[in-house]
Amino acid sequence: MKIVVAVKQVPERDAVVRVAADGRGLDERDVTWTMNEPDAYALEEALQLKERAGEAEVVVLCAGPERVQSTLREALAKGADRAVHVVTPESGAGSLGERDSLDVARLLAEAVKAEAADLVLTGLQSDDLGAGQTGVVMAELLGVPHATLVLQVELLGNGIKVKRELEDGWMQQVEMPLPALLTVQSGGNRLRYATLMGIKRARQKEMREVSAAAAAKRVDEVVKVSPPTRVKRTEMLTGSADEIAATLVERLRFEVKVL
Amino acid sequence: MSNGVLVVLETKGAGWHRMSFEALAAGQKLAADMGGACSAAVLGEAAAIAPLAAELATKRLATVWMVGDALLAQYTADGWIAALAQLIAEVKPKYVVLPHTYQVRDFAPALATRMGEVLIGDVTAIQVAVAADGPVFVRQWMQGKLNAEYRHGGDGGVCFVSVQAGSFRGDAVESGASEVKTFAPTLEAAKIRTKPGEAFREAAQTVDLSSAPVIVSVGRGIGEQENLKLVEALATALGAEIAASRPICDAGWLPMERQVGSSGQTVAPKLYLAVGISGAIQHLVGMKGAKTVIAINKDADAPIFEVADIGVVGDLFEVVPALTKAIEGAARG
Ligand SMILES: Cc1cc2nc3c(=O)[nH]c(=O)nc-3n(C[C@@H](O)[C@H](O)[C@H](O)COP(=O)(O)OP(=O)(O)OC[C@H]3O[C@@H](n4cnc5c(N)ncnc54)[C@H](O)[C@@H]3O)c2cc1C
Ligand SMILES: Cc1cc2nc3c(=O)[nH]c(=O)nc-3n(C[C@H](O)[C@H](O)[C@H](O)COP(=O)(O)OP(=O)(O)OC[C@H]3O[C@@H](n4cnc5c(N)ncnc54)[C@H](O)[C@@H]3O)c2cc1C
Repeated sequence: MKIVVAVKQVPERDAVVRVAADGRGLDERDVTWTMNEPDAYALEEALQLKERAGEAEVVVLCAGPERVQSTLREALAKGADRAVHVVTPESGAGSLGERDSLDVARLLAEAVKAEAADLVLTGLQSDDLGAGQTGVVMAELLGVPHATLVLQVELLGNGIKVKRELEDGWMQQVEMPLPALLTVQSGGNRLRYATLMGIKRARQKEMREVSAAAAAKRVDEVVKVSPPTRVKRTEMLTGSADEIAATLVERLRFEVKVL
Repeated sequence: MSNGVLVVLETKGAGWHRMSFEALAAGQKLAADMGGACSAAVLGEAAAIAPLAAELATKRLATVWMVGDALLAQYTADGWIAALAQLIAEVKPKYVVLPHTYQVRDFAPALATRMGEVLIGDVTAIQVAVAADGPVFVRQWMQGKLNAEYRHGGDGGVCFVSVQAGSFRGDAVESGASEVKTFAPTLEAAKIRTKPGEAFREAAQTVDLSSAPVIVSVGRGIGEQENLKLVEALATALGAEIAASRPICDAGWLPMERQVGSSGQTVAPKLYLAVGISGAIQHLVGMKGAKTVIAINKDADAPIFEVADIGVVGDLFEVVPALTKAIEGAARG
């Protein structure tokens, strides 16, 4: 069984967010990068599936510039068997920012086709651009069934049964044949850390670079990026922690009336 | 149907999903701004959706499309994509507007792909300055820290848009009279590849946050499980229930039943005190109904301040213990 996990590299959660000089993207100069959180859960599910199946290969896949190899290495250190890096330029023609979500999904789907995977896992949604659609688009491009918001995967004789999340805390089981694609929601498993041994081993593992196809004409385009304008007037309290606490107690007693 | 808008509504049980009318309001507005007509579609088993279509007939719409088939009795992505692709080919709208629900996340990106298009998803605003220039769709980047404006390319294809919960007002839907038409898609059972089960809940709930008058809610800013005792002490001092954002429950630090948000509980307390929570939309939808929101966050740009009545920009490790002490002091004094 071969499982491909698409992992995206995104800015760290407390990264300082600034608009790029051209007003159409993110200023990436001071950003430190990490693995998109739901993708870490997708990887964890793949590694656990491999452990349960006894025999399987877990391939991690990422499209992006040179820097994304650190995230692929992290996945290898956690236990993925090898990595495929679809190389795109840092900026300008062919870079991720010049492609729409269909085009990025196409890059990833082409790499998956070359692998002939039984199961493809992606994260549910990226923490940065938040499109939440790359996996579903890939499934359509690959012509395989899919499920979204998946928390757990169970292998059946000739297919899989997944537990997926519905709204308001409801769940649902869905069965489907393989090959299939699943977009994974966070929280289905506890995440493992890379061990020192894992980090050492990762250096020996294969990191295959493949070149990205030229960018297609964009269906839609980002024309402007800006910080949101505040609509609500929030009263901001200032002072020392004790002064703030005293003001809050006043409010809680006389305005909110919970004390 | 030049500049026509087709809104795809979602059902829940025998009625509507709460976001359906928000999408309908967005669709009516877009149609009016663009000088086109707005229609709506509802999918399901024919007998089940007939009363819903009849309700839509009292709204200001060109046509209500009743897309009925036994294979649409339960949602599957394959069923929905096939039926909607056929409906769109027939109706030829310029815009397809959907509510950004979990179900829409599941099929709309693939539907757009099948038509060579891209879904502009989770849109918070639609701006039309001049109809000839077309609409600008606003979506959030970086979990609400930036707004990105998107335009659909000019190749004449269908533009797919899903709207974020709470961004449009369901009660703004305009009434009128419209014609109900049935549309019978050609569906094959063999082409529906997934077998969905019934919805279920994991475990019986032991806390009912929805009726709690005071809630102290904790987010990832707390850093470590060990530190939870700080907010627990605050909750005790306030006589509050403790709740959390998703990452805290994902990590198993608090049980899932204490999670507030789109995939957790919806709460409406007198006071919601958010500690180290950034304010992602999936969290906000669960607590927007709170009467007073107080937020403590070290990042002045955190989107939680967008919904807070009182904000404290500061380190929770200083502010929370000080507040607990002050409340305890006030209770004694
Ligand atoms: C400056 C700029 C301009 C852009 N312009 C446009 C535009 O005009 N139109 C448009 O539609 N989009 C545009 N994009 C976004 C596009 O480049 C995104 O990559 C694409 O929309 C996917 O969305 P997402 O990153 O939010 O991923 P999601 O769809 O939220 O990601 C879901 C999952 O897919 C997988 N995944 C996503 N990306 C990768 C990757 N690179 N490698 C491996 N796995 C991945 C991960 O498993 C992830 O969890 C732009 C981006 C930038 C930075
Ligand atoms: C389909 C879907 C469903 C989801 N459902 C839910 C849901 O039901 N509920 C939910 O909550 N989320 C949900 N999420 C996740 C959501 O998108 C966010 O990722 C999540 O809410 C973030 O949680 P957080 O605010 O605790 O963490 P973060 O976004 O990491 O924010 C932590 C905050 O703590 C602050 N902070 C850090 N240190 C300190 C300090 N010392 N003092 C003060 N402040 C500090 C930071 O400035 C930051 O703002 C869902 C996501 C998806 C895609």
